[in-house]
Amino acid sequence: MYKIKKIIIITIALVVAVLTFLPFLWMISASFMATGEANKFPPSLFPNKIDFSHYQILFSRLNLTRYLINSIIISLGATFFSLSLNSMGGYAFAKFRFQNKNKLFKFLLSSMIIPGQVTMLPVFLLLKNLGLINTYWAIIVPGMASIFGIFLIRQYALSIPDSLIEAAKMDGATEFQIYYKIILPLCKPILVTLGLFTFMGTWNDFLWPLIVMTDANMYTLPVALANLSSEHVQDTELLMAGSLITILPVLIVFLALQKYYIKGIMLGSVKE
Amino acid sequence: MAEVILKNVSKIYEGKNKAVDSFNLHIKDEEFVVLVGPSGCGKTTTLRMIAGLEDITEGEILIDGKVVNDVPPKDRDIAMVFQNYALYPHMTVFENLSFGLMLRKFSKNEIDERVNYAAKILGIEHLLDRKPKQLSGGQRQRVAVGRAIVRKPKVFLFDEPLSNLDAKLRVQMRTELARLHQQLKTTVIYVTHDQTEAMTLGNRIVVMKDGLIQQVDTPLNLYNNPANQFVAGFIGSPAMNFIDGKIVKDDNLKFITANKSLSINLNENFDKFQNKEVVLGIRPEHFYEDENQETKLNITIEVIEQMGNEVFIHFKIDEKNVIARLSPKEKYSTGKSIKLSFDSNKLFLFEKETGIRIR
Repeated sequence: MYKIKKIIIITIALVVAVLTFLPFLWMISASFMATGEANKFPPSLFPNKIDFSHYQILFSRLNLTRYLINSIIISLGATFFSLSLNSMGGYAFAKFRFQNKNKLFKFLLSSMIIPGQVTMLPVFLLLKNLGLINTYWAIIVPGMASIFGIFLIRQYALSIPDSLIEAAKMDGATEFQIYYKIILPLCKPILVTLGLFTFMGTWNDFLWPLIVMTDANMYTLPVALANLSSEHVQDTELLMAGSLITILPVLIVFLALQKYYIKGIMLGSVKE
Repeated sequence: MAEVILKNVSKIYEGKNKAVDSFNLHIKDEEFVVLVGPSGCGKTTTLRMIAGLEDITEGEILIDGKVVNDVPPKDRDIAMVFQNYALYPHMTVFENLSFGLMLRKFSKNEIDERVNYAAKILGIEHLLDRKPKQLSGGQRQRVAVGRAIVRKPKVFLFDEPLSNLDAKLRVQMRTELARLHQQLKTTVIYVTHDQTEAMTLGNRIVVMKDGLIQQVDTPLNLYNNPANQFVAGFIGSPAMNFIDGKIVKDDNLKFITANKSLSINLNENFDKFQNKEVVLGIRPEHFYEDENQETKLNITIEVIEQMGNEVFIHFKIDEKNVIARLSPKEKYSTGKSIKLSFDSNKLFLFEKETGIRIR
């Protein structure tokens, strides 16, 4: 009885997995098909002949290298600043003693209920006045510190015993050395998690880059891809090749850091 | 190597009572001083003020003749061993030991030399490449002590360092700490709630209660001449027995319990305490079985605790639980009556109201 149940569950899981994976597989497959092959009926699952021409077009005529570099710089920049600032903020809220600490933290938390769309216009105007529109900073600056990030780090840092910090103080560490040499290494799992969130969020973001990057040279991959789809609406193979390039880096980063990421999400759920 | 002087040191937490109240102590160079008392007595707060981890509300602390009230912990040249060891989990033992030296920009050779010296003293040379989580409790304790030793500080502070160890290891580490102090000859301030640790380790012991020093003295003096009922009850194991009673005069002056089951003659020095409520204190080890003594106690054994080398007999005097520590004999059994006596020279008397010792 137990065995049958297990087989049923595994079968269902497999079917769901295949169904989920199928579009992804077809995206890869279609990106290598000759022009027009993907629109045939009935559709074929695999290309007749592997064709790299769409990738060539993307990187030569359509300037995808530039967009890729934009996306990489912006995502890495946002991740770097988000990790540094949020970890400092989270650590301070967890371990420092200052007046109205908890009140301030609650106030910050409560601001999380404001949807991002509401603040888009004011932030845009602010950036415009600062002269940051059409620069990388237009995307990096608004994402530098987030309440969510501070909250995440704070909750994790709370579990670090005070005595470690005190021991470091006795050992002669300055405040920054304590943060850099003790707190940061100990927060590694949560930093990886937050880093992944930030990197993926920035990489995949479409709306904000569309608003602040009006110069085509500054487009990120998702924006460029959207442009592509309106210009080349019939060229499914080209779009699929573009999509694959867009999601591939995120996928690689995610798979590479998965081990730490799961550790980070599981934290606090189980007491060791 | 340094003297530590505390002058009228007080700690008041916001809106609360005094955690430490006018603490005065002169700790001599190379002295091993133990602060002991029940939890919440202010001993750890005092230690943390010396370390610089807590602000001092009033008074001043001098290390090596210099007022350190506003000196940050790192510049006080002291090292502290924490109750939970506080080893850096992401560093190896070597890195844990050398962290403080690296921050102070010691040369690589000097660091190696000092770490190896400390590791050798503590017998942890083979563990230098391990991370703390790969160590046993005793090994972690050694690393924590090692981290203090490598710095060659003026003063060592220990905050209940043995309380996370199991009983056997605790006794072993206790001896090692005593040996270490003889070897290093550094001033040590040691906080514990365990009177055995205090008695065995300290050159001098500071007994604290509710933020106040009760008595400062050598272990033997505390045992023989406790200043008050609290110290008398805190030092010694099993604890001193206390029996309530009154000093009265009929034929002569004597101490008598409420139901008159115990009466002890006193000399005329106690005349001024006539009709005063007092507490009689008698240590378990000062009872003995004797048929020919004037002060006789007929007691019924309630509980027997056999230790092998000795036996603890529990009984009641005037409804009060009392323990006697006797040499082990086969004949003791629960419910049996025996005759006990005690050396009247070794009796203590305390004022009931104040707890102050009057004899």
